[in-house]
Amino acid sequence: MSPLVVGVTVFVLAAVVGLELISKVPPTLHTPLMSGANAISGITIIGAIAAAGLDADAVARVLGFLALVAATINVVGGFLVTDRMLEMFKSRSDRKRATDD
Amino acid sequence: MTEVAYLASAVAFIVGLKLLGAPRTARTGNRIAATGMLAAIVTTLVSEDIVGWWTVVAGLVVGAALGAWFALRVQMTAMPELVAAFNGFGGIASALVASVAVVQSDLDALAPETSVSILFSIVIGAITFTGSFVAFGKLQGTLPGRPMTFPGQHIINGLLAAALVSVSIWAGVAGEAVGYWVVAGIALAMGVLGVVPIGGADMPVVVSLLNSLSGLAAAAAGFAIESNALIIGGALVGAAGLILTLQMTEAMNRSLGNVLFAGFGAADSSGSGSSAIGERPVKRATADDVAIALGYAESVMVVPGYGLAVAQAQHAVRELADALEARGVTVHYAIHPVAGRMPGHMNVLLAEADVPYEQLLDIEQAGPMLPRTDVALIVGANDVVNPSARDDATSPIYGMPILEVDRASRVIVVKRSLSPGFAGIDNPLFYDDNTLMFFDDAKGALEETIAALKQI
Repeated sequence: MSPLVVGVTVFVLAAVVGLELISKVPPTLHTPLMSGANAISGITIIGAIAAAGLDADAVARVLGFLALVAATINVVGGFLVTDRMLEMFKSRSDRKRATDD
Repeated sequence: MTEVAYLASAVAFIVGLKLLGAPRTARTGNRIAATGMLAAIVTTLVSEDIVGWWTVVAGLVVGAALGAWFALRVQMTAMPELVAAFNGFGGIASALVASVAVVQSDLDALAPETSVSILFSIVIGAITFTGSFVAFGKLQGTLPGRPMTFPGQHIINGLLAAALVSVSIWAGVAGEAVGYWVVAGIALAMGVLGVVPIGGADMPVVVSLLNSLSGLAAAAAGFAIESNALIIGGALVGAAGLILTLQMTEAMNRSLGNVLFAGFGAADSSGSGSSAIGERPVKRATADDVAIALGYAESVMVVPGYGLAVAQAQHAVRELADALEARGVTVHYAIHPVAGRMPGHMNVLLAEADVPYEQLLDIEQAGPMLPRTDVALIVGANDVVNPSARDDATSPIYGMPILEVDRASRVIVVKRSLSPGFAGIDNPLFYDDNTLMFFDDAKGALEETIAALKQI
């Protein structure tokens, strides 16, 4: 198979998985989910690392550097802020356990 | 070996997203996804032929410091803005990765599918970038929340879209770098012009859609540089964002096209209820009246809205609920899907104040309970409890599912004034015989009520 066909296959399968996973989420978790999914879209960071590390001319390296900064903000900030939000979701029993400790 | 490591990251994303879907496992899910991301980064650092180490290390350090700084200092009430901003950074990163490919490639020798992928990544990434930051400005209040329209807007947007397509084709066929940059410029402008005419109330839908687009931009970049990890991550997020967006528009009983192109809120602020807002009589209540109504009720349903978030009243509302529960009153919270500025925004705020999520009910759970509820306490919400959506076919929000609080025995509304909500329409609920209006800032009102409750 050509890389294009492989790519399209992978894309379609991943999209179907994404649709199935997300359709069953309670509204409570929509905000953290949006934020967490957003952090995953920062996967473009691996393209940015490759671009920033090229043995290339100045223009390409500046563009690569900016790509890497933006992608890293997206990844680090996204996962951290999602964790901060989810830290607050506690049920009654969790809270009781915390006070029992 | 490298491909196996990337595959493990992709599996971590899928498992992480799955676990993010349930309250108990969500935090673990986020951490699994983050671990998958870390693995992907390490794999790339090890396997890529990196020459410019300084650029890479500096980029990672600067980006991580900025990202952590934003994430750790943001107020929970400002969460929608921050998600919009992060989204914008993700979009521009994908566009820039594709731009490096433009600079580095022999454009004449590019396979057609590669130049198409590069163009897609640049266009979607650039639109995501400027669109997200306009949404950020509108949510934060730096840009006016009202829809900004000007004559000939549709014609200009149409011309830009036509220019985008024709310049893209020319850039791809002729292999001219300058064509790619013109395409990027047009896309940046389209992001701004696309979001500016949409009202502030619809920003959650826009952010969610842009979230989906940032995933597609990453997937397009993945096609451009032939990386399956990018394609998988991007496709997952593209699908996730789309589903969330559709669920949001469904909750508002509108189509996505209507949200994006209608300029809702600009048109029809005086549509229904012809009498001027504030001229009809309402029943005013004091903290003592409210405390008595709540303290002697058997069941109370709290309906929070954005006013609660603005006043940072989430802790005060939980204290009031605790005081009521200590008196034997059953307290629940009814969360409308579009309460606040994002789906689930209210849940996050109440969770911050330690409200157990079992007490939070969605519209389907709360609806049947409302007729059996003694007091519905509306804190800073408006449009989501407006009976016009059910009764008045001329209302701009007619058909939107609402929390039918007017079915409860008594309604108490805590609100700063009679000013209309984000949708800009009057609310007949406020003039109802069963409704008591407590005019105050949400936090002050709740604290006064807690104090008054101690006296009875």
